[in-house]
Amino acid sequence: MITIVNIGMNHETAPVDLRELVAFESHNTDEVMSAIRGIEDIREFLILSTCNRIEILFTTDKEKQATESVIEFLCRFSGIQREKLAPTLYVYENEEAIRHIFRVGASLDSMIVGEPQILGQVKDAYRTAVQRKSSSVILNRLMHKTFSLAKKIRTQTDIAGSPVSISFAAVELAKKIFGDLQGKEALLIGAGEMAELAATYLLSNRVAKILVTNRTFSRAVEVADRFHGTAISFDEIGDQLREVDIVITSTASPEPIITLGQVKDAMRSRKNRSLFFIDIAVPRDVEPHVNRIENVFVYDIDDLKGIVDSNIGKRKTEAVKAERLVDEEVIKFIHWVKTLEVVPTIAALQDKCETIRKSELKKTLSSLAGLSPQQKKDLENLTLSITKKILNKPILFLKRKEDKESRNLYLDITRKLFDLDSNNEDLESK
Amino acid sequence: MDTAIFQLALFAYLIATAGFLFFIIKKNKKVGSWSHRILVVGFALNSIYLVLAYYRLGAVPALDFKASLSFFSWTIIAAYLIFQLKFRIMVLGSFVVPFCAFLMIISSTMPISPITVNPIFKTLWLPLHVATAFLGDAIFAIACMAGVMYLIQERQIKTKRLGAFYTRLPSLNSLDSINYYAITYGFLLLTIGMITGSIVAQGAHGSYWRWDPKEVWSLITWLCYAILLHQRMAMGWRGRRSALMSIGCFFVLIFTFVGVNFLMEGYHSFESLGGK
Repeated sequence: MITIVNIGMNHETAPVDLRELVAFESHNTDEVMSAIRGIEDIREFLILSTCNRIEILFTTDKEKQATESVIEFLCRFSGIQREKLAPTLYVYENEEAIRHIFRVGASLDSMIVGEPQILGQVKDAYRTAVQRKSSSVILNRLMHKTFSLAKKIRTQTDIAGSPVSISFAAVELAKKIFGDLQGKEALLIGAGEMAELAATYLLSNRVAKILVTNRTFSRAVEVADRFHGTAISFDEIGDQLREVDIVITSTASPEPIITLGQVKDAMRSRKNRSLFFIDIAVPRDVEPHVNRIENVFVYDIDDLKGIVDSNIGKRKTEAVKAERLVDEEVIKFIHWVKTLEVVPTIAALQDKCETIRKSELKKTLSSLAGLSPQQKKDLENLTLSITKKILNKPILFLKRKEDKESRNLYLDITRKLFDLDSNNEDLESK
Repeated sequence: MDTAIFQLALFAYLIATAGFLFFIIKKNKKVGSWSHRILVVGFALNSIYLVLAYYRLGAVPALDFKASLSFFSWTIIAAYLIFQLKFRIMVLGSFVVPFCAFLMIISSTMPISPITVNPIFKTLWLPLHVATAFLGDAIFAIACMAGVMYLIQERQIKTKRLGAFYTRLPSLNSLDSINYYAITYGFLLLTIGMITGSIVAQGAHGSYWRWDPKEVWSLITWLCYAILLHQRMAMGWRGRRSALMSIGCFFVLIFTFVGVNFLMEGYHSFESLGGK
C-alpha cells in the first residue's frame, strides 16, 4: 500500500536558528540525497530547502518505519537532539501531504501569502529530484499538478495581485503614475532600509538614474555607490526637484525638508510633469499640502501602510478562493492514487487469466489436429473475448471502489478468490 | 441584405460590449482579447454595410440623424482600433465599445425615413468632408474617454483611496498621452473637415462661409480645441486640467453635432440635408 508522506518544518513551527541547522545547501545536496536514498523503505522522494522551510516528500509502503528513519536522519544531519527537533516537525500523510505540497507551491503556506519565489524553489527541488532519478510515477504527477495548480491560482485569484510591502507598494504606485519607469530619475533623500529597498525596486524597473543626498555627504556617497548613482549635496535638492520624477525621503529631520513653495516653483519649470514623493520619514519630510498641487502626488508612511493593510486583507479573501481550488485538486489526485492502488491486483488478475487461457488453448490445439490457420485464429479470438468479457465487470468494480476500507476488502477477496498470490508456475505444472 | 449585415454588426458590437464589460470587471485577459476580435469582425461588417449604403444612396450615409449616429459609432470604433495599434490599452475598449453600441442601438430604433439626396451632394468633396469631420469627432470622443479615465485614476491616487478602478485602469501617464495624441490628430482632422466642408458649401451654395449655425458652432468647437492644444503645447497643461478641458470641449462638440441640427435652423440641419 503506497503512502505519500511529507515531513517538514516551516517559519511557523521552527525558529530560524533551528531551521538554519536543518537546511540543506546546494553543496551538500548530494550527501543528503544519497542518505535518503539509503533509507530502505523509501521509494520516491524530493527535498525542498529554503530559508523559510524544509520539506521532505516521499512515497513508501511502510510509512511508520520510513518516517522514523527520516526523522533519525534529520537529527543526525543537524546535530539536534530528537526531543528538541521532533516538536518542530510536522508529518503529513496522503491527503494531508498532497494538500500541503499544493499549498506550498501555490504560496498559500508562505510567510507572505502569494509571494512568488516559492514556486521557483519548488520547481528547482523537483528538477534536482528528476536529475537524480529520485522521482517517479507518483511524485512526477504530484509535482506537475502542484505547478499547474499554482499557475491556475495565480491567474484565477488575486492572491499575488497587490503588493504587501511598503517599498513595493510605493513602486507600484509610481508605475500607476508614470507607466513605464524606464528613463525616469529618482532622488533619495536620507537613507534607511525601506528607502533603499524602494530604490532597489526602482532600479529593477530600469530607472535611468538615482541621485542620493544626505546631511552627511560621505554617507550619501556611500549609498550612491551601492546604487550606481550620483551623490549630491543637501543644498541641491531644490534644483533637482525640477529634474527628477520620484523623490524618496527618509531623514530624521524634525522639520519638513520639502516645502510647498519649493515644489510649486519646481512644477512651473517642470511644465507640470508629474512628481511623486514617497515620504517614509517620521516626522514627515514633505509638507502635507504639497499633495494639493496639481500633478504632484505625496504618499507618506501611513498612506503606504494603509494600502499594504488593505492589500493583505484582499489577499486573505483571495486565499479562501485559492483553498477551494486546492481542495478540488486534492480530491482529484487522491482519486488517481486510489486507482493506482488497484492496478497491481488488476494486472495480476489479467495475467492469471491470460496464462490459463494460453495453456488451455495450447492443450486444445494439440488435440484438435487439422485445423486451418483461419480456424486457429478464430479459436484464439474466441478465448480472448471470453476472458475479456468475464473480467470486464470485476475490473470496473475494483476501479470504482473509492472507500479505502471496502476497497482493501474487495482487493483481498479478489486475490483470494482467484488465488493471485500463489506462484503461477505451480499452476502450469498442475 | 443591408439590414441583415447591419444587424449582424450590431450583434457583434453587443457581444463585444458584454465581453469588454466582463473583462474590466473580472480582469480576464482572454475574454478581453476575444472581445477585441469580435469587435474587429463587427467593424468589418459595419464597413461592408456602409459601403453598400453608399452605393445605394449615391452619397455618404450620414445625411439623417439615424445614419449619422451609426456612422459616428463606426468612426469611433475605427479611431479606437487605430489607437489600439499604438497604445495597446485594452481597458479603453471597456469605455469606448459600450458607448458605440449605445449609439448604434439608438440609431437602430429610429424609424427609417426616405431620403432624397440632393444632386449637389453627389460630389467627391462631400464624403471627404464627412469622413474627416466625423473621424475628427470620433478621435475627440476617444480623447474625452481617456480624459474621464484619467480623472477617475487621478482621483484614486490623489485621495489615496485605491478602489476597484486603480488596478484596472492604466497609468496616468499613458492616459495623458492618449489624450494628447487624440487632441492633436482630432484637431488636424477637424481642420481638414472644416476646409473640405467650406469647399462643399461653395459648390452647393455658392459661398465658402455663410455664418450658418453649424458653421459658427463648428468654429467655436475648433477654437476650443485650438485653445486646449495651445495650452498643452505652450503652457505645459497636462494631466487633470487637460483631461477636464477635453471633456468640456467634447460637450461643445456634441452640441455642434446634435444640438445645432435640431435646435437651430440652417442649411446643415438634417431636414435640409434631405433626411429627418
